Amino acid sequence: MARMTEQDDPVTLAEAPVRRLTMVEAINDALDVMLERDPDVIVLGEDVGYFGGVFRCTAGLQAKYGKARVFDTPISECGIIGVAVGMGAYGLRPVPEIQFADYIYPGLDQLVSEAARLRYRSAGEFIAPITVRSPFGGGIFGGQTHSQSPEALFTHVAGLKTVIPATPHDAKGLLIAAIEDNDPVIFFEPKRIYNGPFDGYYERPARPWKDHPDSAVPEGYYRIPLGRARIVREGTAMTVLAYGTMVHVAEAVCREKGIDAEILDLRTLVPLDIEAVESSVEKTGRCLVIHEATRTSGFGAELVALVQERCFYHLEAPIERVTGFDTPYPHSLEWAYFPGPIRIGEAMDKLLGE
Amino acid sequence: MSGASGDHGPGGANRPRLALHVPEPRYRPGDKVDYSWLAIPEAGVQPRPDETCDPAETHPLCTGLIRVLGDDGRAHGPWDPRLSPDLLRRMLRDMALTRAFDERMYRLQRQGKTSFYLKCTGEEATSVAAAHALASDDMVFPSYRQQGILIARGYPLLEMVNQIYSNRADKLKGRQLPILYSSRAHSFFTISGNLATQYPQAVGWAMASAIRHDSRIAASWIGEGSTAEGDFHSAATFAAVYNAPVILNVVNNQWAISSFSGFAGAERTTFAARAIGYGIAGLRVDGNDALAVHAATRWAADRARANAGPTLIEHFTYRAEGHSTSDDPSAYRSAQEREEWPLGDPIARLKDHLVALGEWSEERHAAMDHELAEQVREATREAEKNGILGHGLHHPFHTMFEDVFEDLPWHLEEQAAQAIRERQAKWPE
Repeated sequence: MARMTEQDDPVTLAEAPVRRLTMVEAINDALDVMLERDPDVIVLGEDVGYFGGVFRCTAGLQAKYGKARVFDTPISECGIIGVAVGMGAYGLRPVPEIQFADYIYPGLDQLVSEAARLRYRSAGEFIAPITVRSPFGGGIFGGQTHSQSPEALFTHVAGLKTVIPATPHDAKGLLIAAIEDNDPVIFFEPKRIYNGPFDGYYERPARPWKDHPDSAVPEGYYRIPLGRARIVREGTAMTVLAYGTMVHVAEAVCREKGIDAEILDLRTLVPLDIEAVESSVEKTGRCLVIHEATRTSGFGAELVALVQERCFYHLEAPIERVTGFDTPYPHSLEWAYFPGPIRIGEAMDKLLGE
Repeated sequence: MSGASGDHGPGGANRPRLALHVPEPRYRPGDKVDYSWLAIPEAGVQPRPDETCDPAETHPLCTGLIRVLGDDGRAHGPWDPRLSPDLLRRMLRDMALTRAFDERMYRLQRQGKTSFYLKCTGEEATSVAAAHALASDDMVFPSYRQQGILIARGYPLLEMVNQIYSNRADKLKGRQLPILYSSRAHSFFTISGNLATQYPQAVGWAMASAIRHDSRIAASWIGEGSTAEGDFHSAATFAAVYNAPVILNVVNNQWAISSFSGFAGAERTTFAARAIGYGIAGLRVDGNDALAVHAATRWAADRARANAGPTLIEHFTYRAEGHSTSDDPSAYRSAQEREEWPLGDPIARLKDHLVALGEWSEERHAAMDHELAEQVREATREAEKNGILGHGLHHPFHTMFEDVFEDLPWHLEEQAAQAIRERQAKWPE
């Protein structure tokens, strides 16, 4: 069972009924809760309205809240994010969906030069309290235009927060916190684990979320603060820093190999929970960084640098880094690209000197 | 290889070789300028459809030119907004103040008191007259050449100069390039240095206003050069799709730094004609005619408030000065263009109109100019007490790290400590 770190706000509805939800259902639930609670919340994006989104994350919301609160948009990511920034300036709290993270690039100027900078350049007169939701990552045979993990493009931008959930429980609580946050948040949803906790062993039967403890999602409102990592499992052999799908892959590899690693699900990349990282690495003396994104200038490079700068004298072995390859995400060779159990297992062995 | 030559192969014969067309302006430095090719309709001849008309009714106006002020100094035709002499004098004063401010700030930049300045000489009507046609709480999303809106809305000159000097009193804490103002209290959105981004934002603000059943509308300004950006197309598409209560102004001042309007498509059609493709209302106005600008803006504002949708307005004008203090237009265009510009000067034309009405005189105008110059001088003197750029009177170091996020995260705390250590190393006192 995943454990919340001590600093986490207690779930306010501890007594609330708990359902078993997929990540899609949990995200839908978070949007439902926020549309209900806050009349400023607006959901917009391609196919999110009547149809309910290509991944069904917004299913039923337009029928419940009306076309002025949940609506379809033209196929224009620049426009979607640009109008969301304008709505935020008006005082609304828009939650635009970009259908695939791979499609976000036409909106980059509006995110990087505008949303991220409004508060700073206007000295707080205007803010962009928007949460850009977007499915990211591979493992669904999406080819190079439906599989990318571009989080490092956003963590590199001053003024943006980047959040990536790994479980239905966290997806709901983090999305609520992101929507309530007064800064622009990039909320990347690992689409490979929308409907089940994929562990990287693609040749085995898929598992549904209902068998996973973190699919227990309380009804109603609760938030998981941004900037706090989650200890997925405690351990002493090494610290594994991961997020999104790779949390589950790392967990499975530890299980298969019988390695007593401490796995941290970072949950928020910016602002990063540096204390959780430091205290774990100081305890274990070894560190493995994992992400699915391409390697060069990936967020893993930042993590490796931070651990080296801050924990060097606690390290007993060079930090290891497991990532996707520096190629576009291939279609037929998807599993050769994916940083799966073999690549992670090798890195763990190396870290342990085996 | 025969196909590559263009002389042989299927479909290749009997045709000229392909040739790339690269637009070229009519006049380069030293060229004699003759604008007789430019068709300028008489003032008063353009029809004025009802504000709630079908967009198609406006489409003939997208290739015409709405003009009110004639060469006789009189207002003509159905677009005459019939403004009171008091309002006309106020518009004249705001335009003259904008010009006086530009003149002074340009000189102060040349004296090294700040890094950058940008004038709007010749284009004052496109912002001042438009601002007077909007409600004061209609939200404007300007580009960088609409300082006239702030002046028309009564924003203190002192605050403008503080911003230009990036001094310790600058409300934007010295973070922005000079002239990239922001004033929420004046419903004036923070100006971006990235072009065209304000266009979809204005549409989004207008959509929000409609979602909330508000009565306020949004207006944005863009240069003709920036209409080539994708943001322009996104904005116009969203405005059309959601029938947003927004006015999309294109200030066609003929030049985008050194690139003439042909590089944004002006050789093919007008910028107002973009409205035809989106199926929204479009107007093309004489941007040097304050009455025409006021009338078109009021028409579009009334239309938006009546839930009749967006309007694209092209203001046909001329950038009488360089792009900015970093530009020298004599390197790429003929100096005669300004002198020969057939639509005249917006301030002179409004002045002549007031004189023709018997509501103004050369003497009063000269006295006003004198008074405005003094007002600007006083504002700059006052601002200099708060410091000029690079002379040490700036906001505290720590403010560099504030407002990146609502709260200061650990990594910015650490970097702020570093900046302060560096400061102490350089200035131990």
